[in-house]
Amino acid sequence: MIDFELSAGTKMTKKLIHSFVESSFRPLSREFDEEEHKDPADLIHSIHELMKGGGMTGMGSMAGGGDEKEGKKENKPKKPKEQNLMGVILAEELFWGDAGLALAMPGPGLGGAAVQATGTPEQKERIMKRFSGDVPAYGAMAITEPGCGSDTSAVSTTAALDKKTNEWILNGEKIFVSMGKRATVIYDGFVVVWATVDRKAGRAGIKPFIVEKGTPGMKVTKLEHKMGIRASDTAAMVFEDCRIPYNNILGSVEVASDKEKTEGFKGVMKTFDATRPFVAAMAIGVARAAYDMVREILDKEGVRIRYGAPIDQLTVLERDVLDMEASLKAARLLLWRAAGMLDKGERNNLEASMAKAKAGMVGTKVTQKAVEILGPLGYSRKILVEKFMRDAKINDIFEGTGQIQLLVIARNILGYTRKELK
Amino acid sequence: MISFEPDDEQKMLKDTLENFSTNVVRKAAHDCEEKGEVPADLVKKGWELGLIMSNIPETCGGAGMKRSAVTGAIAVEALTWGDLSIAMNILSPSLVAYPILESGTEEQKQKYLPQFCSENFKPATVALVEPRMFFDASQLSTKALREGDEYILNGDKCLVPLAEKAELFLVFAATTPGIGLAGVDGFIIAKDDVYGLEIKEKEKNMGLKALETFEVSFSDCHIPIASKLGGDEKGGTFTRFLNRSRVALAAAATGMGRAALEYSLNYAKERVAFGEPIASRQAIAFMLAEMAIEVDAMRLLAWEAAWKIDRGEDCGKEAYLAKKYAQDMVLMIADRSVQILGGHGYIREHPVEMYLRNARGFTTFEGLLMV
Repeated sequence: MIDFELSAGTKMTKKLIHSFVESSFRPLSREFDEEEHKDPADLIHSIHELMKGGGMTGMGSMAGGGDEKEGKKENKPKKPKEQNLMGVILAEELFWGDAGLALAMPGPGLGGAAVQATGTPEQKERIMKRFSGDVPAYGAMAITEPGCGSDTSAVSTTAALDKKTNEWILNGEKIFVSMGKRATVIYDGFVVVWATVDRKAGRAGIKPFIVEKGTPGMKVTKLEHKMGIRASDTAAMVFEDCRIPYNNILGSVEVASDKEKTEGFKGVMKTFDATRPFVAAMAIGVARAAYDMVREILDKEGVRIRYGAPIDQLTVLERDVLDMEASLKAARLLLWRAAGMLDKGERNNLEASMAKAKAGMVGTKVTQKAVEILGPLGYSRKILVEKFMRDAKINDIFEGTGQIQLLVIARNILGYTRKELK
Repeated sequence: MISFEPDDEQKMLKDTLENFSTNVVRKAAHDCEEKGEVPADLVKKGWELGLIMSNIPETCGGAGMKRSAVTGAIAVEALTWGDLSIAMNILSPSLVAYPILESGTEEQKQKYLPQFCSENFKPATVALVEPRMFFDASQLSTKALREGDEYILNGDKCLVPLAEKAELFLVFAATTPGIGLAGVDGFIIAKDDVYGLEIKEKEKNMGLKALETFEVSFSDCHIPIASKLGGDEKGGTFTRFLNRSRVALAAAATGMGRAALEYSLNYAKERVAFGEPIASRQAIAFMLAEMAIEVDAMRLLAWEAAWKIDRGEDCGKEAYLAKKYAQDMVLMIADRSVQILGGHGYIREHPVEMYLRNARGFTTFEGLLMV
């Protein structure tokens, strides 16, 4: 059945989150944008308390994104599951509030998503319980290296097994680790590090490892200075003879002999399948923030936007605003479709990429247009629209750039392998 | 709860109509386009699908199935995926039947709806668009002014499908000029019962060649007040008509856009250049990927507006945006489909140049399809 109605629960939570971020994020937005790397500690602690007490249902699942099949079945068997759908709808609200602060919030994050996508039940249990502890916790993820970005198969960080002590020894350098410092220095948490156990095996040799806070040999070397999302820490990290317990490897230890069967690498992709819709939601949230602000200012100025003005009377401004509105809606519906499929347990690789590609593009265009429409006011740091534009751009880049998404989509609709379409 | 999965009945309808599109419509499409008409037996086959009749209540001779705009959008997409002009031709009776079904008085329903339930195609059409540069549905030049028990209708219309054959016309005219959409009303006119209705020559348009369209003029046509769609209802009937037609046109753009995407995708996989299929180059593959995203986006926007119609909610904004988005995107998609075929795309043996000519028309099309 085709239905566009949000369930009552989702609607209510959406409203709740909206008023929460409006009153607690927005007043801090400028401060934590201007003072990069300053930690919004009060906000983080109060959110951690809220989440622990279950005061913000769905927020925890927001960043996790994975399925949560085990353990919950007996309680409410008949209730329709829309965890991911709710997650992306709430993520849109959070990022409408402030993208940088939303990213800086404690929770499983990307690392948690990797655990959910590739971990064993024991690992999930062990790792995820951190998030209900007394200290705010973060799950960071380290894939990118100075020498590899979108091509995650070129990872050069190594993991060697010390058979005597039954430990993995990690060595290498990672960059662009979101929440790397909060997870391993300021608060509690872990980093999921992708490293190769066998360089000759190529993609098949790449495995995710959990490195917990306090592990000797793990160091944050630098925090990046960024265009936007400045409240979110983006760390460079090194791992020097960093020893971790044997069972901190996520998923299978086996290196598939057939290079096409790349189990470990599939884990990366599975993680991205789950997180991609959330990045799309972020993009839409930020873009809507800019769009709403433009509409609000136009309203105040007495500028009316007509739906259906004849072409000889339609203003450029109206055309732009209508384009913004329609493309935002389009991106959101593509996103809801992708998230809904995840809830139903359907494979959504194509749809998730479509949502991410579209939302990334729309987020970038809508926010850039918003600055243009508002002219000197839009360009001024007096209001947040210029910040929204800076924040929006990252969504077209991280978790797979727009171009990588197009590659995934194209291979999918053409039925091509990576060799057939490079 | 959010779900974008058609139900079983909708899936069945989609399959049936897509089969019809593949086996009947597409086979005839090229000839129809070149000859500028759709043969009567093809129209009859389309009529026999019973799409319009099924929505008409049993008391008026129909099958009395519950009408749904979402289902209508699915049907329109499946047929326009076959061919836009042929779909518009087959569905043209709905331009009169559906507005009567939705807004007509009981008397109008009893009088007209049974005519759409016979075995034979009932030629009927709508006259809305006007032959001037800045046409705007809310500011019609055609006027119907009340004089005693009649309305006197004056004005010129264009893009009137099948006007020559049509027995019934639904003509939109301003009854209260200057107040926008609320001042526009529809009039149901049987061609044989009225003086002053002149069918001018067949139009020659850039696209929609297989669909015969005409300019039509009305000079001092005397229309009895009983022919005013919806009787005493003030405003509303035209807005509902426009919203439904905008949703239908958005669905049509989706159908044709999907056809253009699929055609150029298949071509790109077969066409070899520099030793490999052109689809294995990002320049081509990325165009296809973006086309695929927009086909789905267009569909979802159309469905959302249709869903609002089915719930009886105001959908003016959604229907307008869905159509606006679709008309922009279908042009982008059709243009790229020509571009991907290169020189071959410019040749009329392939349908993509027709898709592009048809796509350009969506900004002008208004009221040519209904859900």
